[in-house]
Amino acid sequence: MEEIVLRPVLDPAVISHGRQQLLHTLPKERLAWMLQKMCEIRYFEEKAEELYTRGLVHGTMHLSIGQEASSVGSIAVLRPDDLIIHHHRGHGHTIAKGADLKLMMAEFLGKECGYCRGRGGSMHIADIAGGNLGATGVVGSGIPTAVGIALALQMRRSTQVLLAFFGDGAVNLGEFHEALNMAAIWKLPVVFICENNQYGMSGPARTMCAVQPLSVRAVAYNMPGQTVDGNDVLEVYQVVQAAVERARGGEGPSFVETYTYRWRGHSKSDRNVYRTQAEIEEWKQRCPIARFKQVLVEAGALTATEIEAIDAQAKANIERATEEALACPEPSPENLEAEVYAP
Amino acid sequence: MSEATVREITYLEAVREALIQEMRRDPNVFLLGEDIGVYGGAFGVTRGMLEEFGPERVRDTPISEAAIAGAATGAALMGMRPVMEIMFMDFITIAMNQLVNQAAKIRFMFGGKASIPMVIRAPAGSGTGAAAQHCQSLEAWFVHVPGIKVVAPAVPYDAKGLLVTAIRDNNPVLFMEHKLLYRTKGPVPEELYSIPLGQAAVRREGHDVTILAYSVMVPRALEAADQLSQEGIEAEVVDLRTLKPLDQATIVASVSKTGRVLIVHEAPRTGGLGGELTAVVAESEAFDYLDAPIRRLAGRDIPIPYNRTLERAAVPQVEDIVAAARELAREGR
Ligand SMILES: Cc1ncc(C[n+]2csc(CCOP(=O)(O)OP(=O)(O)O)c2C)c(N)n1
Ligand SMILES: [Mg+2]
Repeated sequence: MEEIVLRPVLDPAVISHGRQQLLHTLPKERLAWMLQKMCEIRYFEEKAEELYTRGLVHGTMHLSIGQEASSVGSIAVLRPDDLIIHHHRGHGHTIAKGADLKLMMAEFLGKECGYCRGRGGSMHIADIAGGNLGATGVVGSGIPTAVGIALALQMRRSTQVLLAFFGDGAVNLGEFHEALNMAAIWKLPVVFICENNQYGMSGPARTMCAVQPLSVRAVAYNMPGQTVDGNDVLEVYQVVQAAVERARGGEGPSFVETYTYRWRGHSKSDRNVYRTQAEIEEWKQRCPIARFKQVLVEAGALTATEIEAIDAQAKANIERATEEALACPEPSPENLEAEVYAP
Repeated sequence: MSEATVREITYLEAVREALIQEMRRDPNVFLLGEDIGVYGGAFGVTRGMLEEFGPERVRDTPISEAAIAGAATGAALMGMRPVMEIMFMDFITIAMNQLVNQAAKIRFMFGGKASIPMVIRAPAGSGTGAAAQHCQSLEAWFVHVPGIKVVAPAVPYDAKGLLVTAIRDNNPVLFMEHKLLYRTKGPVPEELYSIPLGQAAVRREGHDVTILAYSVMVPRALEAADQLSQEGIEAEVVDLRTLKPLDQATIVASVSKTGRVLIVHEAPRTGGLGGELTAVVAESEAFDYLDAPIRRLAGRDIPIPYNRTLERAAVPQVEDIVAAARELAREGR
């Protein structure tokens, strides 16, 4: 594959060439897997929304509908033993990292069999055994933690790498700056992935951040930084792959900005007064799943029938997971004190 | 104040009204925080204020809690009266250095030659299913820091009157709002008025047991007191309103009268304000009137869980207050 030079703005020719290469070099099963994960994320979140509307969920949720290419394109690059840490809008990362959909839905519903036994909920789904080191609900808080995880990997001479996901809003916290600098001076095996869905809650990244694109901030930490089309799963894949190779090779961290869009409101209480309906509609036209399907068919990587089957399977998986999760028992409020400290 | 101007409004509206009226009165007052402009604040407190005051005085910030607190501190040092909003009290942890080492220290450390007239509005508490990082009640930390005042209103009338006082105060004031109280209603005069800091309110008189509470535990204590009354136990409910400065006189007088005291708060028991309140009673003349040991009913020493049943079980509910007060009323008889 053509070498990707990480810099804020990509050369479209290189990316287009890389995309074609990926379509032909990635095994068919891998491409199918990527599509399936994207569909599962979409259906999971639509189901989450439905359950919420039906009053079955106590709490809040942050949906990543429209951002599926960012999580899947990044995580698809990883080895099974690689790690992720992420944030409140984390259903996509969790599913892409291979979470059991039933345990995930059960956590969303606050059940004892959920990933966090009903203690964490939608905002804090972690699958520690599966290499998902958890979602933080405090914006930016996972970024310094990522430094520590990567430090441990380095000190143990591990060949594992870490992807650290966060939103555009997180780059304005001091913790972001402290963490990126530290990761850079120690050449830690981490890739920082900023999912720029263009808004914090209501704060537009273009007015809240002094410099655009956000990836140019990487310059301040002497690490490669690059903005990618976050709705193009194969573009995300190419760039994250280059960054992961760099991290695995001991050359240090990179910063990738996946430029995308959140279709839904920030959380349950959003009235969307800070953006226009036209803008939302426009971005829905750039659906990452529809785009990937089209690319797959055009390249002859998968047939329309195969794609339909994958989509249907994803939907069925979510339906089954939901049924099973709803049947799970509720946790008991007894003796929670015993869980606070490790023995 | 004429009766005619008193309406029933929500706690949330009372907070907003205090902000609006103080901003109309004093051009030095301005707001800064995340999503407080066009979004109207995460809970809707500042809704509509951008339209009246514009983006300069209803200032949307990036997600930068440390810089928000620092900007408020610096502007206050210059004589402005910033009211900063921390979206959830939990995120005040990020602003801690500015608040504790700068805002709280400047006046004393610089020999009284400067002051920091600012307000930190912080929605606190559990009950919304937002789990461990969005439900904390961290007031005890601030009570522990000389240089910061702490206010925790329980009713709309106090939310307005105490916030007005907090804005006019020449010191950093942490103004703790409870998310579950936002929708509760009560009578509030339309006119501007202020309530002095450091004055508790006896919400209900009784002679069997004193319940000391603040914030969301006040309505719960009152509901508990109604139930206890049916059993022949008359509880006196004292709403502390201001945690620092603390109205020790009202506490001591009430406990001296009833001889029994139950302290209720949502924050975890260990290191919570209840310990301080216990000491206040134990060190006072009320100690001689005690007919039973001082009792604390507080949040459990656990992070707030997500699951609804677990979340409920983590902090005192009405039935817990009833049970604890009943037991206490019978003790030592
Ligand atoms: C430190 C902190 N401040 C404020 C919040 C409230 N809040 C939750 S998500 C959010 C917006 C985050 O935006 P971004 O980082 O872009 O992530 P996105 O929600 O867009 O995925 C805000 C302000 C928070 N959780 N943590
Ligand atoms: Mg965002």
